[in-house]
Amino acid sequence: MAPLIEFRNVYKIYRMGDTEVHAVDGISMTIERGEFVAIVGQSGSGKSTCMNIIGCLDVPTAGQYLLAGQDVGRLDDDDLAAIRNRMLGFIFQQYNLLPKMSVLENVEASLVYAGVPRAERDARAKKTLARVGLADKLKNKPAQLSGGQQQRVSIARALAGNPSVILADEPTGALDSRTGREVLALLQDLHREGNTIVLITHDNSIARKAERIIRLEDGRIIYDGPADAERAVVQAEGGQDG
Amino acid sequence: MSFFQSFRLALQSIFSSKVRALLTMLGIIIGVAAVIVIVGLGNGMQNFMTDSFESMGTNLITVTVVGRGTARSVSDDDMYELAQENPALLSAVSPTVSSGAQLKIGTETPSTSVTGVGEDYADIRQYEVGQGRFLRYVDVLRRQKVCVIGSYVSNEYFDGGGVGETIKIGGYTYTVIGVLKEKADSGEYGDDNVALIPYTNAVKLSNSGQISSYYFSAASEDVITQAKAAIEERLEKAFGSDTAYSVISMSELLDIMDDMLNVMITILAAIAAISLVVGGIGIMNIMLVSVSERTREIGIRKSLGARQRDIMQQFVIEAATTSGIGGVIGIGFGYLLSSLATKLIVALLQQDMAVTPTAGSIAMAFGISVAIGILFGYLPAKKAARLNPIDALRYE
Ligand SMILES: Nc1ncnc2c1ncn2[C@@H]1O[C@H](COP(=O)(O)OP(=O)(O)O)[C@@H](O)[C@H]1O
Ligand SMILES: [Mg+2]
Repeated sequence: MAPLIEFRNVYKIYRMGDTEVHAVDGISMTIERGEFVAIVGQSGSGKSTCMNIIGCLDVPTAGQYLLAGQDVGRLDDDDLAAIRNRMLGFIFQQYNLLPKMSVLENVEASLVYAGVPRAERDARAKKTLARVGLADKLKNKPAQLSGGQQQRVSIARALAGNPSVILADEPTGALDSRTGREVLALLQDLHREGNTIVLITHDNSIARKAERIIRLEDGRIIYDGPADAERAVVQAEGGQDG
Repeated sequence: MSFFQSFRLALQSIFSSKVRALLTMLGIIIGVAAVIVIVGLGNGMQNFMTDSFESMGTNLITVTVVGRGTARSVSDDDMYELAQENPALLSAVSPTVSSGAQLKIGTETPSTSVTGVGEDYADIRQYEVGQGRFLRYVDVLRRQKVCVIGSYVSNEYFDGGGVGETIKIGGYTYTVIGVLKEKADSGEYGDDNVALIPYTNAVKLSNSGQISSYYFSAASEDVITQAKAAIEERLEKAFGSDTAYSVISMSELLDIMDDMLNVMITILAAIAAISLVVGGIGIMNIMLVSVSERTREIGIRKSLGARQRDIMQQFVIEAATTSGIGGVIGIGFGYLLSSLATKLIVALLQQDMAVTPTAGSIAMAFGISVAIGILFGYLPAKKAARLNPIDALRYE
């Protein structure tokens, strides 16, 4: 079986007048089903760009990205939308909930686009909300919830579509350390239940909660290995100093 | 995403900013109301006209003889003969002669016009006799000095009676033998301020000494055209020219007036519809603002798997719903204005003409407003649908 995620010499190059910014500068890597990977690096190292490509929100300038063996570069807008809908669940730093809709409607949104009938949609959304401990907040608007609760809504939303990968870009970035730890624990639980998770963070202590760390610097991979290895930390500190 | 889902989202979005939605709809509301009132006004005018024409008799055919460019002429006997020969086409005929003579009642000189007519005139013009009797053939034949007065004259000078009284016409004494029932509103200007005398007398009173017009009644509405043709044929034969007379049927006149009114209404409605277009541009404007305000929402929806057509549908339906609601409000508003206009017309013009919006104009106004929403919502929706998901997500 093809790996779930495979980058083959992927570039993302932004042209800013005369200069070129290589946000992703020739990355090759694979992520298998069931992994919990943290992509770490300093701000501006290309983590978000990487996640956008993995999430089919953006396409590489050069190189190939294969999702479950399928070359995403060949697909059009609507195909990419369908892939995001079926295979990907996003968790953003700023939660990105729809403010005018209730918690339940937010979680149902991707199911609406998937064409899931109403009754099933309701049942699935309620189940995932119960899973993240928000069964009693279905009718609330996002603004009526705390930051940690909002992030849990967005986790429920990512889970509801039963995706192949959950992509979390700095999910604890806007939270205090205690709620941040709770959210992280929830992601670890989800991983234990068999979900594939790609977590993006600039924080080493958070990255170490994952199984595997991919460290980026200037759009290149400078470390790819177990999270508990000596080198992951050493390099991290080196990276931070330099 | 289903149509129903999009519709619910649209309502949610509209109701979450009511004032803005209302302002957005304003152009549509005004446009729709204007179209409804104008078409209603035209419809009312048409009804009013049809009613007035009907009270004159839609079967009426008038013949005016000018006698220009020919020495030949037709006599009243010719015209009676024509009617008798064509009973299937013509049911009655009456000469009408404006005597020009002054009417005197006691010492007063009313504005009443004195008209010489035949014995069938009452039937042709749909007058009914209230008191006494109408003119008869013998009155005409013997040139009796008898007279039938309209309800205005009776009310004004004889306290609602008058039969048996005498009046003076052109210096001769006439006896009132009948009073007509009210036909219009017994006003001074209308069919009720009349004095009818035998046409044989009126001819003598008039300057020309000639009968210059005839009223025919067609046997039925279906034969008006043939009846008119028969009259024309006879006159053509008599005069050897078709410029010496004119024949006009009321139904023809009504058709012409109808056509003119329709053209007028269409033009006015089209002008009013311009404000619908302006309203549409207003909707487009607000939708464009809304798209950029909701860029992030669009980004989120795209990250959740919304396809271009889902976003497109959401915004187009929102625009159509906005303008559709505007249309409904406009229809209500138009109704309100129509009933106000009716009251105003009745109060100011003393005519009982009702501004009646037509079902067709309402359906059309609503249809057009929804269509305008779709049309002018299309561009902003397209813009929204084409947004790049990451740019949209990053948008502050
Ligand atoms: N849309 C863009 N246009 C130009 N440069 C960009 C754009 N997006 C990202 N970059 C640049 O690419 C680099 C990587 O950015 P990013 O992936 O956001 O880094 P990180 O998420 O690790 O902080 C940065 O130097 C950033 O300035
Ligand atoms: Mg980032």
